[in-house]
Amino acid sequence: MTDITASQAAAMPPSTSSLLAPDARVRRRNAAEARFRSYGLAAIVLALMALVWLLFSIFGAGLPAFRQTVIQFPVTLEAGKLDKDGGRDPAALAKVTTVTYAKVLSASLKAAIADKGIQAEGLTDKQITGMFSQEAPAMLRRAVLADPGLIGQTITFDAYAAGRIDGYYKGRVTLESASRDSNVTPEQLHLADALKEAGMLSTPFNPGFLAMPDASDKRPEAAGLGIAVLGSAYMMVVVLVLSLPIGVAASIYLEEFAPKNRLTDLIEVNIANLAAVPSIVYGILGLAIFINMAGLPQSAPIVGGLVLTLMTLPRIIIPTRAALKAVPPSIRDAALGVGASKMQSVLHHVLPLAAPGILTGMIIGLAQALGETAPLLLIGMVAFVRDFPAAPPAGLFDPASALPVQIYNWTQRGDPGFVERASGAIIVLLAFLLVMNAVAIILRRRFERRW
Amino acid sequence: MKDVLTENAVTSHTTKISARKVQVFYGTNHAIKDVDVEILDKTVTAFIGPSGCGKSTFLRCLNRMNDTIPSCRVEGSITLDGENIYDKRVDPVQLRAKVGMVFQKPNPFPKSIYDNVAYGPKIHGLTRNKAELDGIVEKSLRRAALWNEVKDRLQTPGTGLSGGQQQRLCIARAVATNPEVLLMDEPCSALDPIATAQVEELIDELRANFSVVIVTHSMQQAARVSQRTAFFHLGHLVEYGETGQIFTNPRDPRTESYITGRIG
Amino acid sequence: MSIGLVSLTLLALAAAGYFIGRARAVSVAGGDTRKLHSLAGFYGQSVFLFAAVPSFLVMIAWLLIQPVLIESRVSARLQTTIGPDASMSLVMADVRRLAGAIDRIGSADEVASLTPEALKARLAGQGVAIGGAMTTDQVAAANDYRALQGKGRLGMTVVAIAVALAGMALALGRIRADYRARNVTERFIMVLLIGASLIAVLTTAGIIASLLFETIHFFSLYPAADFFLSTTWSPKFGGGSDLGIWPLLWGTLYVSLIALIVAVPVGLMSAIYLAEYASPRVRTWVKPAIEVLAGIPTIVYGLFALVTVGPLLRDWFAQPLGLGNSSSSVMTAGLVMGIMVIPFVSSLSDDIINAVPQSLRDGSLGLGATPSETIRQVVLPAALPGIVGAVLLAASRAIGETMIVVMGAGAAAKLSMNPFEAMTTVTVKIVSQLTGDTEFASPETLVAFALGLTLFVITLALNIFALWIVRRYREQYE
Repeated sequence: MTDITASQAAAMPPSTSSLLAPDARVRRRNAAEARFRSYGLAAIVLALMALVWLLFSIFGAGLPAFRQTVIQFPVTLEAGKLDKDGGRDPAALAKVTTVTYAKVLSASLKAAIADKGIQAEGLTDKQITGMFSQEAPAMLRRAVLADPGLIGQTITFDAYAAGRIDGYYKGRVTLESASRDSNVTPEQLHLADALKEAGMLSTPFNPGFLAMPDASDKRPEAAGLGIAVLGSAYMMVVVLVLSLPIGVAASIYLEEFAPKNRLTDLIEVNIANLAAVPSIVYGILGLAIFINMAGLPQSAPIVGGLVLTLMTLPRIIIPTRAALKAVPPSIRDAALGVGASKMQSVLHHVLPLAAPGILTGMIIGLAQALGETAPLLLIGMVAFVRDFPAAPPAGLFDPASALPVQIYNWTQRGDPGFVERASGAIIVLLAFLLVMNAVAIILRRRFERRW
Repeated sequence: MKDVLTENAVTSHTTKISARKVQVFYGTNHAIKDVDVEILDKTVTAFIGPSGCGKSTFLRCLNRMNDTIPSCRVEGSITLDGENIYDKRVDPVQLRAKVGMVFQKPNPFPKSIYDNVAYGPKIHGLTRNKAELDGIVEKSLRRAALWNEVKDRLQTPGTGLSGGQQQRLCIARAVATNPEVLLMDEPCSALDPIATAQVEELIDELRANFSVVIVTHSMQQAARVSQRTAFFHLGHLVEYGETGQIFTNPRDPRTESYITGRIG
Repeated sequence: MSIGLVSLTLLALAAAGYFIGRARAVSVAGGDTRKLHSLAGFYGQSVFLFAAVPSFLVMIAWLLIQPVLIESRVSARLQTTIGPDASMSLVMADVRRLAGAIDRIGSADEVASLTPEALKARLAGQGVAIGGAMTTDQVAAANDYRALQGKGRLGMTVVAIAVALAGMALALGRIRADYRARNVTERFIMVLLIGASLIAVLTTAGIIASLLFETIHFFSLYPAADFFLSTTWSPKFGGGSDLGIWPLLWGTLYVSLIALIVAVPVGLMSAIYLAEYASPRVRTWVKPAIEVLAGIPTIVYGLFALVTVGPLLRDWFAQPLGLGNSSSSVMTAGLVMGIMVIPFVSSLSDDIINAVPQSLRDGSLGLGATPSETIRQVVLPAALPGIVGAVLLAASRAIGETMIVVMGAGAAAKLSMNPFEAMTTVTVKIVSQLTGDTEFASPETLVAFALGLTLFVITLALNIFALWIVRRYREQYE
């Protein structure tokens, strides 16, 4: 059967080289092997370094946002200035503007400086007023309106320092840059140092960053995430309430009941492709359908929630179906065998067993929705919002912001203080995502079942 | 094939591979225990034994294919032409060029028939030009008794051949690097009887040029193609000798039980 | 009644229905539930479903249709009175704003008694800005609008509750001992399940309809040939804009190309290392770490591009090489997007490389090939279709990415080869044309829908093609 003769075979002499001494070619091939392997290692190192660089840069820029420079000094709330009638009438008190409070603060600060014996020569009144944030008088005013009894007293007040002074203690502003800056002078920074020396100025943790609403262009030091966090929370509630039942229902139908026909195929193809549609397209959809057609308000969490729901649904259906599929058919057979209907076998047995997997997929889907920005830009969530939305359900229709959009919003502003705020907000966002993913991983580890 | 056992008389007595006190561990599992074996040149040696007895594991030691399994550890010595193949200086790449292997399931690469056969010669740099490579491909396919069936479609994918043809293509691929030893791990277990017969005939012819070691489940196959047979049981080499003697007059009661069908 | 209150009422009705239905079933059976066809709970459930589901559907449909109807009725009345050059959509926006603010000013009569100028001043005092000049017709329209809204809301409440009660009565009336409550309930649930899975189809239909409708509108105002063939993009507010898509497409493709040049080698080599060389322990730590890159929101990458990568590239490459002074550039966006896309390439490639049968590797190693020769000459060719699919999916991801390019690439539409120049992309222009105060009548706004449609078609085609390749590849080894 063989086609060749022995003489032909002899034409291919067996290699006689010793195994113990690799020849030049093998050495070359082994060098190529080592090179190839090192490329692979280099690629991994590169990818991980990119991750570390990214996180390092964000954390480096963002951590200072959680601390805020404040100037602490006694403020005398003279009744003569703040309540001329002396009646403590709320309506009359409300008519006193922040300009008056700024004067009160400024006078008290000057007194405190003189009291501590700090040299403040060469500083105009305006520059002294410029030491604290424009938000500080507003905060003082809010405190007084909340408790008119303070009028006439001398209280110890923590005034937010102005953005540039704050930046000085966070390395953003230097004496050299201050000499070129129209918003701050080196003398003001010297004064700040002297205040610090006297124990009046410090940079403690700032809960206001998490709780306060956004602030205008000129006062990054007062801008907070309160509305953004609340808006994001509202949207996540909408996404959860809508996409969990719909996603689970659709998955159950497709995985357990759907007959193999054209309609089922159409739905399957649709879901696979929707999961990969660019998120901005969902924004266009939301703008056209929910805002222009249905007339829902712009900037409202309900619209954001609806858009994110549509975007998240296919991303939830895919893992949910996988979780249902992982439940072995023997469980279904067992239920059917004791006379349960198909629906009962699914609802009583398959669904509870698949629940941890479904929940994991749901949490990861929510985490993705939480970080999504582009579609929200189109439905008007970039608007500047100062008022907290009301409690749900009515609050779902009030204007609000969202975490990622707030970040984008801040990056578009001129003052460098907002970069710090945006990076700080990212840390908050990443912390939420980390918690959600950790919960998902724990759920998976704890309830993962091998059949 | 009137009398299988006399026809397959041993024709050569040069030792090609010699194993001494070989132990193989998978993690803590002791898979091969104290195996001593001499494999002769230009001979077909069959390893038989029940499933899980370690015969395939031992076969994979002979060209260090076990290196690809991280948890596997080999002790003892195995020499090829007097050189220890587990010596630190030995490059498994070079070793495997000398000790080729054919696997249980036909595994042609998703390439053309020609490229499948030319793969080994190309990576080992055995040829200087296309004409030489063409020559090797043709010679190897002829040796594997496949040339006449595929010579008109060398550029078609190797995966398009039938099972038996695929296995012969894999044999041609192994032969193309001009090895000294050919290891075959149950080469016919995925084939139908006709393809099996073709491959068995081929193995007998390969004996003229190579030392062939074949692991097989089928005692009939061992009897048909081999001159020497080793019986493995629970990681031990129970008995090793001429095929005729093993099958007609086993010395160990375990061998006898196995070939008479009482264990296995 | 507010929507929340109506919903609660409906739910309460349905819940009551459950208990009544259950009790009725038990009493029909004379206290012996064994005589019933189904468990007593199923009778309750059937009442619950008949009461809740149709009424909620009616409510949702009402909420969707009512604004459209009111809008058309009010605008039909205004149609005759507004000037020929005034834009209907602007006027209606004012009317809506006014209608929303009336409550804060005072009663409807009070509003009607005010002159338009005084009204505008009062509104400004409330923080409501009205765009155009206020006419008495508009004030009347706003009052109409409000009245209709109120009537609509009342109608919805009444109809929804009536439907709930009717459903409840119907379901209760059907309860007999041999009534197949379980079957009815299950069929009802099945309809709900099918409805839920049809939402995916509806979403696609909604996307296509909204994009197509406005795109056709756009092409009626701006010639399609110019959109697809012109190489200038310069929108002007006064009209006479050039809205050629090519500079945007060029920017999109250029950024995506750089992203792929970064991501494909890094992602593919990491996948190869993880699949072929890494020990299981390294794999369990490194694979999730790389996938973290995919879990980071794109806004984070955007800020990274804006604050870190952009200035770095400008100071170290663009300026020394004399290639530009802009920190936002194609290179910035491409590089950062490349980092983002790495896990998309590596994860899918890793799966695909792992799907290549081990027997092929054994075959190659058994012939004396080194692992790298095996990978390059056997594993990768075998995995090639799948890897191509992975790269196409990554490309579609890059093309549709928005935040990184909005923050990193710039806003100037240019056809340039210099990667350190700021350019813009399709997605950036969708955002910039549709944010802020938009009016859906000018081509400058509507062009965003045509851009969106283009983007949708490109990414959809890439996805379908890539998924098809990947699926075919999987079948080959199953």
